[in-house]
Amino acid sequence: MIELVVVPFLEAAVRTATPLAFAALGELVTERSGVINLGLEGTIIAGCLGAAMAASVGGGGVGYLGAALSGMAMAAVFGLFVVTLRADQIIAGTALTVLGLGLTGTIFRVAPMFAGAGLTLPTTGTLPIPGLSTIPLVGPVLFDQPLATYALYVLVPLIAWWLARTQSGLALRATGESPEAARAAGVSVARVQWGAILFGGAMGGLCGGTLVLAQVGAFNEGMSAGRGFIAIAIVVLGRWSAVGTAGAAMVFGAAFALQYLFQSLGLALPYQLFIALPYLLTLVLLATLRGRARAPAHLGA
Amino acid sequence: MLAFWHGAFGSAFAFWSATLVRATPLLYVGLAVALAFRAGVMNIGAEGQLILGAIGASIVALRLGSAPTVIVVPLMLLGGMLGGALWAGLAAWLRKRFGVLEVISTIMLNFVALALISWMVRGPLQEPTRVYPMSATFAVGAHWPFVIPGQRLHIGFVVALLAAGILWFILARTAVGFRIRAIGAGARAAQSAGGVDAATLSARVFVWSGALAGLAGASEVGGVTWALYEGLSPGYGYTAIAVALLARLDPRWVIVTAIFFGALEAGGASMQREAGVPAVAVQIITATVLLTVLAVARWREHVTRQRVTDGL
Repeated sequence: MIELVVVPFLEAAVRTATPLAFAALGELVTERSGVINLGLEGTIIAGCLGAAMAASVGGGGVGYLGAALSGMAMAAVFGLFVVTLRADQIIAGTALTVLGLGLTGTIFRVAPMFAGAGLTLPTTGTLPIPGLSTIPLVGPVLFDQPLATYALYVLVPLIAWWLARTQSGLALRATGESPEAARAAGVSVARVQWGAILFGGAMGGLCGGTLVLAQVGAFNEGMSAGRGFIAIAIVVLGRWSAVGTAGAAMVFGAAFALQYLFQSLGLALPYQLFIALPYLLTLVLLATLRGRARAPAHLGA
Repeated sequence: MLAFWHGAFGSAFAFWSATLVRATPLLYVGLAVALAFRAGVMNIGAEGQLILGAIGASIVALRLGSAPTVIVVPLMLLGGMLGGALWAGLAAWLRKRFGVLEVISTIMLNFVALALISWMVRGPLQEPTRVYPMSATFAVGAHWPFVIPGQRLHIGFVVALLAAGILWFILARTAVGFRIRAIGAGARAAQSAGGVDAATLSARVFVWSGALAGLAGASEVGGVTWALYEGLSPGYGYTAIAVALLARLDPRWVIVTAIFFGALEAGGASMQREAGVPAVAVQIITATVLLTVLAVARWREHVTRQRVTDGL
């Protein structure tokens, strides 16, 4: 039972959570600087296309680089409007999402490299960690995953430490809570927000890169499939902390993986229910966790 | 470019049967967003509300389609409004009762609505042979009448124009409209200085905004498809934001901008047929328009502020 049902379920949950965690951790840093990036969806799909194009030229490593750079390019457009022009974040973000979906869709249909049967890439397989991966239950779930997942094991504590314990982390949080106070303390608010937005862009791009290079092995139009918006919900669920965000990403990964579990158990429920489940879960948790979750005071302004 | 012009304005048929038909749902959702944004309600959920409106109107049409058109069409309008209002009402309730930001909740509800319609057309509302993911074709009574014989433009467009007129009148000329604009300009000030119950009023506006978006769904199933499909909207609910902002949230201008984006959609489809330019390229234009509007608005503010500080 455990070998056949629980392990594949948890393994799928971690696998599904990986790209979500990348995007959500990036958005976490962006939001802690007081900026909400609703264009994350556009950033992710740009990362997907960037990964596919770069990887077809230079292989997996170059693919991830292309993903991060594409994400940063999209984020730079957002930063230009939101930080430099101080335009409305919600509308600029919406525009960025539409731009990302339109741009990638057009390039995908026009670029000769995607013509015909389409471009398929070898996906980077799992990389079992010697020793750890043989531990029962935990081993196959946590230590028989692609490299991108292991990168998160390092990134989550690193971001948590950076936010809480470093000078620049403090400057970031101060900017998100009260830009006036941060400015009075000698922090360049614009520079902090630019940095946070570009980091969020790189992480959003890597989310797309993981999707293409570690999971699907091809680019499809609209393959980001709402992950940008889910990542924003994950940050809220994770109560704007790095560890909380990673945990919330796991909750979403598990909700997606539930459909595999129910299929393997042979339960005849409409599959649309599982598609809707993570979104419903977010709404319920947002409503019930009220009061304990607190957004950066200056978020969105 | 020529292909684009052909598809959007090139002939009487292109204008009446392509551009205006596509402008119709955009007009409803554009008005929905304009109303919500006026009150400071960030309703990003017009897409989901449109879908629920389509489901609501389809249920009416499938049950009562054999009745005369004069009875069925108003009931379909009502069904569409109820569906959209229900979906927006959910987000409004989450906002008022639990403080859940509507930006997040409406996006989540868009995805839930997609799953819901996907299930509807394969479950309770599927056509009798149970082969295709769609509802049965509506009976003739539920087909919305055409405005001009031989053209595909249906009365949904006329109703939308009417809605734009009514909305403009309410916002610009009535006390309620003034209060709505006041909470949009500053909820706290409207509350303390104007004695407006901002939370209740914005919840009401939210629900009405959903009802308007629901009409877009009703108008699509009643006037265009005559059946419920999954892929009913190619993202009208998101284009709506561009439609409303380009019109600077003025219902009269929403008519103009909805036709503009309707022409983009129609021209885009024709570009794909005739010139091989993908229709998704239209989204690049939409995004560019949005960003341009944002930049121009900022520049205008900047100039105004400069004048104030210069003492002009």
